Amino acid sequence: MSNIPADLRYTNSHEWVRDNGDGTVTVGITDHAQEQLGDLVFVETPEIGNTVEAGDACAVVESVKAASDIYAPLSGEIIEANPDLTDTPELVNSDPYGAGWIFQIRIEDEDALEELHSAEAYEAVIAEEE
Amino acid sequence: MSQRTALHAQHLEAGAKMVDFAGWDMPIHYGSQIEEHHQVRRDAGMFDVSHMVILDLEGSQAKDFLRKLLANDVARLRDPGKALYSCMLNPEGGVIDDLIVYYLSDTQYRIVVNAGTREKDIAWMQKQVQTFDASLTERSDLSMIAVQGPHAREKMAALLPDADAEAALGLGVFFGRQIGDLFIARTGYTGEDGFEVMVANEQAADLWNRLRDAGVQPTGLGARDTLRLEAGMNLYGSDMDESISPLEAGLNWTIAWEPADRDFIGRSALEQQRQRDDLRRFVGLVLEERGVLRGHQKVILPDGSEGEITSGSFSPTLGRAIAMARVPGSIEDRVEVEIRGKHLSARRVKMPFVRNGKSLID
Repeated sequence: MSNIPADLRYTNSHEWVRDNGDGTVTVGITDHAQEQLGDLVFVETPEIGNTVEAGDACAVVESVKAASDIYAPLSGEIIEANPDLTDTPELVNSDPYGAGWIFQIRIEDEDALEELHSAEAYEAVIAEEE
Repeated sequence: MSQRTALHAQHLEAGAKMVDFAGWDMPIHYGSQIEEHHQVRRDAGMFDVSHMVILDLEGSQAKDFLRKLLANDVARLRDPGKALYSCMLNPEGGVIDDLIVYYLSDTQYRIVVNAGTREKDIAWMQKQVQTFDASLTERSDLSMIAVQGPHAREKMAALLPDADAEAALGLGVFFGRQIGDLFIARTGYTGEDGFEVMVANEQAADLWNRLRDAGVQPTGLGARDTLRLEAGMNLYGSDMDESISPLEAGLNWTIAWEPADRDFIGRSALEQQRQRDDLRRFVGLVLEERGVLRGHQKVILPDGSEGEITSGSFSPTLGRAIAMARVPGSIEDRVEVEIRGKHLSARRVKMPFVRNGKSLID
């Protein structure tokens, strides 16, 4: 059973979102997603300063098996990308909610956060897939 | 409903992630594909390859039949047990499948073909064999376990009675023979030493369990693919198929042109292709930047001409992306590969990329 922290928000496409409380959010992929992908060998993070719309493909994670797009869960500006993933993409496997975070967004609309899934709702999304 | 091998329960018990492969429910990995890959390079791993098709050929004209059917020449096999890798071609010179044939005697051969091509291979062979005094029997009563890695042979031999162990360890490279209840061959698809073991279905689980208890790591089809890619071994369906000549798949070495009067299927087409000067080359590539090479990515040469990657992945041994590619004739050492709209630089290298655990790339 995969780990789904209660204090995060989630998307249908298996990104997690942490509200940093200052108008910014941190984004990564869920434990379930990393497990499905298998060993990650490359992460292409978004360019800092880029503006993204919710739903835009803005990063790529590649496992030995395949490449998968990561979608911006919310609209805003990319303000940070995890520099450690360049040399150690496997952090996404070993610590998906911590050291394996992928990027941060300064979001346009804080209310939009509420529209993302709660942990419970995300659990239902996974259950439906299986 | 996918078919299951005799080892299906072993895979589930070992925590395998199962996927459909050519209609079979097979393990892609048992936790970490990369760890399994390293285990095979450094110690020993085992693969369930029971989905592959084992065929026994028998008859007074078995040899004549294979000399017609295959682009490589079984007449080269003089020592009983010696194996040969060959393509089976259509009349246009395209590859129907690649296979291994073991020479048991002039009237007996054992052939192993790919799972994904089972029906068409058998249909083609049955059609061609009609005019020969020989017959084919599918050995679906046998399972196959590939035990691969620098310590694979000793770990396997330790499970056998003394005399059988001695016989197994005495097998030369690319030889196979019946030893006790097992057909043991010193062949594989990883670039490491090891055995491919054919065992009765009802004994397969016991052999698997004993190998596991001896410290042989169950290894999935995921690692099998990265191991074979590093070893520079072609994958049917990716690197060649019925529309591709072996001359454009790096398989020239498997075509026995001599004797010139051996009229194997596809020969006249290959003779014509051989005269052409526009055949594409089959090359190894190493990505010089971060990223992962994948099948069907575009390869761009300095003169603007284009080729295509046929199979690519991240190489766990080298820690970078490698690929096989088919490109126009005049390939330079430096090329570019288009990945998601960006052009990344790659370098042409000789294959294999890795052999016996060691990188062969500068």
